Amino acid sequence: MTARAIVSPGRIEPSAVAAVWVRSWTVFKHFWHTRTFGAIVEPVVMLLAFGFGFGKLVSHIDGIPYLQFVGTGVVATSVLFGAVFSGMFDALYKRRYQRVYDAMLATPVDVEEIVTGEVLWLGVRSGLYGIVPLLVACAFGLPPTPAMLLVPAIAVLTAIGFAALGMLFASFVSTFDNLSYVIGGVITPLYLVAGTFFPLTRLPLWLRAAAQFNPLYHCVELVRHCAFGLHPAADIVHVGALALFALLAWRLAIWRTRARLID
Amino acid sequence: MHASATPLPRAATSGVPAIRISGAVKRFGSLVAVDGLELEVPSGVCFGLLGPNGAGKSTTMRMLTGQAIADAGSISVLGHVLPRQSKLARARMGVCPQEGNLDIDLTVRQVLDVFARLYRVTGERRRAAVETALALSGLGDRAGDLAMTLSGGMQRRLLIARALIGDPELVLLDEPTVGLDPQVRQQIWSLILALRERGKTVLMSTHYIEEAERLADHVAIMSAGRVVAEGTPAELIREHAGREVLDVEGSPGELARMRELALAAGHATRASGPALTYLHADRADGALPAGRRRSATLEDVFVALTGEYVE
Repeated sequence: MTARAIVSPGRIEPSAVAAVWVRSWTVFKHFWHTRTFGAIVEPVVMLLAFGFGFGKLVSHIDGIPYLQFVGTGVVATSVLFGAVFSGMFDALYKRRYQRVYDAMLATPVDVEEIVTGEVLWLGVRSGLYGIVPLLVACAFGLPPTPAMLLVPAIAVLTAIGFAALGMLFASFVSTFDNLSYVIGGVITPLYLVAGTFFPLTRLPLWLRAAAQFNPLYHCVELVRHCAFGLHPAADIVHVGALALFALLAWRLAIWRTRARLID
Repeated sequence: MHASATPLPRAATSGVPAIRISGAVKRFGSLVAVDGLELEVPSGVCFGLLGPNGAGKSTTMRMLTGQAIADAGSISVLGHVLPRQSKLARARMGVCPQEGNLDIDLTVRQVLDVFARLYRVTGERRRAAVETALALSGLGDRAGDLAMTLSGGMQRRLLIARALIGDPELVLLDEPTVGLDPQVRQQIWSLILALRERGKTVLMSTHYIEEAERLADHVAIMSAGRVVAEGTPAELIREHAGREVLDVEGSPGELARMRELALAAGHATRASGPALTYLHADRADGALPAGRRRSATLEDVFVALTGEYVE
C-alpha cells in the first residue's frame, strides 16, 4: 500500500494551489533577471520623465511636490501593467500554445485551483515589483513613513485583482492580436482616469464619478495616503473596493477559463 | 486504496473494472465525436483502442480525465463516477497526452518535481519519485537540461515518466508513439511492456496496428465514435478475417469488378492498395481467383471494419 494523498472534489485545495504556484515560481527562477530589469527600469524611466519633464511645468499638486505625487501614483500603474499583462499573455500562452493547463487538468487539479494559483503568483510578483517606484521616489526626496509598510499589501491585493482580470480577458480571445482591443479599450482608460498623473479634481464630474469604479483609483488613493497621511474611514472603503474587485475578477476568471479548458 | 506495484496476474479481473463507459455521446457543434460508446476495461490489462484518425479516440481519452464532459451516457473510472468524482479518479491515474504539452521552460528534473507536486507527492517521497522517474525514462544525465532541448523521443519518454510520477493504477497513453522513429518506438514499447509487467492497467489509443498487436491483451476497434469490434487480437482476426486471406493483384478496374462479384457471392473483401484481399479465404469453396494466400492479420480486420487504409 502506498499512502495516497487525499483529494477532495469540489474544494479549492491549498496543496493543489501551491503546486500551481510553485510551477510559476520555478519558471520565474529561469527568467528573473529579465523580468526584474523590465519591472524596475520601466517605472523609473516613467517617473523621471514625468517628474522632471512635467515637473518643470507643475511644481506642486495639492501641496505635494510633483515628483512625489507621480512617484506614489506610478506604484499603481506598475502594479496594473505587471499584473494585467502577465495575466493576459501568460495565460493565453500557457493555455493555447504551451498547453500547460491541459497537462495540469489531467492531474488531480481543477480549473479553480489553476486560476487561483496563477492569480496568487502574479499578485505577489507584480505587487512586490510595484513597490519599486515608491523606493525611487524616496531616493528623490519623498520622506519615508511607517504607513508605507502597508504599501506591499495594498499592491499585492490590487495585483491579484488585475491578474485575474487579465486571465478573464485572455479567456475571451484565441490570439495575441485580439488582446490589442483590450489594451486600447479597457486598460488605457483605466490607467489615465485614476489620478496617477493629475488629480481627479481637475476632471469633469461624470469622469470623477466613473473613476470611483476604477480599482486603480482606489489603489492610487491608498498609496498616497500611506505616504502623506492616512484617512482611516475613506481608506477602509478603498481597501473594500479593491477586495471586492479582486473577488469578482477571480470568480469570473474561473468561470470563463473553465469554459475554455473543459469541452 | 489501491493495488501496489506487485505484479497482478494478467487479466485478474475481479471486482470493479478500471473503466466503464456506457452510451457515451460527445458532440462538438454538429460534429458527433463520440456516438454511443460502450467500453469496459478490466483492471490489470493492457487495452488497445485502435481506430483511424477522427474515430473519437482522443475525445474518449479526454472524457476519462474530465477534460471533456459527455453530453449523454455514463462514465466511471476506478469506481469513481464522472464528472463529479473526476478528481478522485485523476489522483489514481496517469496520462500521457498525444499533443505535446511538456513544460518546455523547465528542466527535466523540474518537470517531474512539479508533476509530483500536482499529484500531491510530498517531501522525501517526492525526491524518490523524481529519481525513479529519471531512471525509468533513461534521462538521468539530462536531468538539468531544459525540456525544450530534448529530442522528440526523449520528450515522449519524459511525458510517460511524468504520467507515472504519482504511482498510478491506471495509465492512459494517447497515441504514445505517433511521429517517432522506429528505434524510438521500440524504446517506448519497452516502457509500456514494463508497465504491463507491473500490473498497471493501461489504456492505449493508437492507429498503428503493429503497436496494438504487440502490446495489447485486448483490443477495441473504434470507428465513427463507437466500438465496432472487440476482443483479443487473435479473436478479432479469427472472427473478422479468418485463418487465411487471399491477396489478388490487378488494375483498379479489374479490382472493382472482382469486388462486385465477391460481394454478390457473399465473400468479404477489403481493399489493400493495388490489391484486393479476400477475407476468410480458408473457408471459401474454390470459387476464388488466383492470388497469394497468407495468414490473416489485425490489419485485415482493421481495414475491413473501418474502411480506412493504414500507414
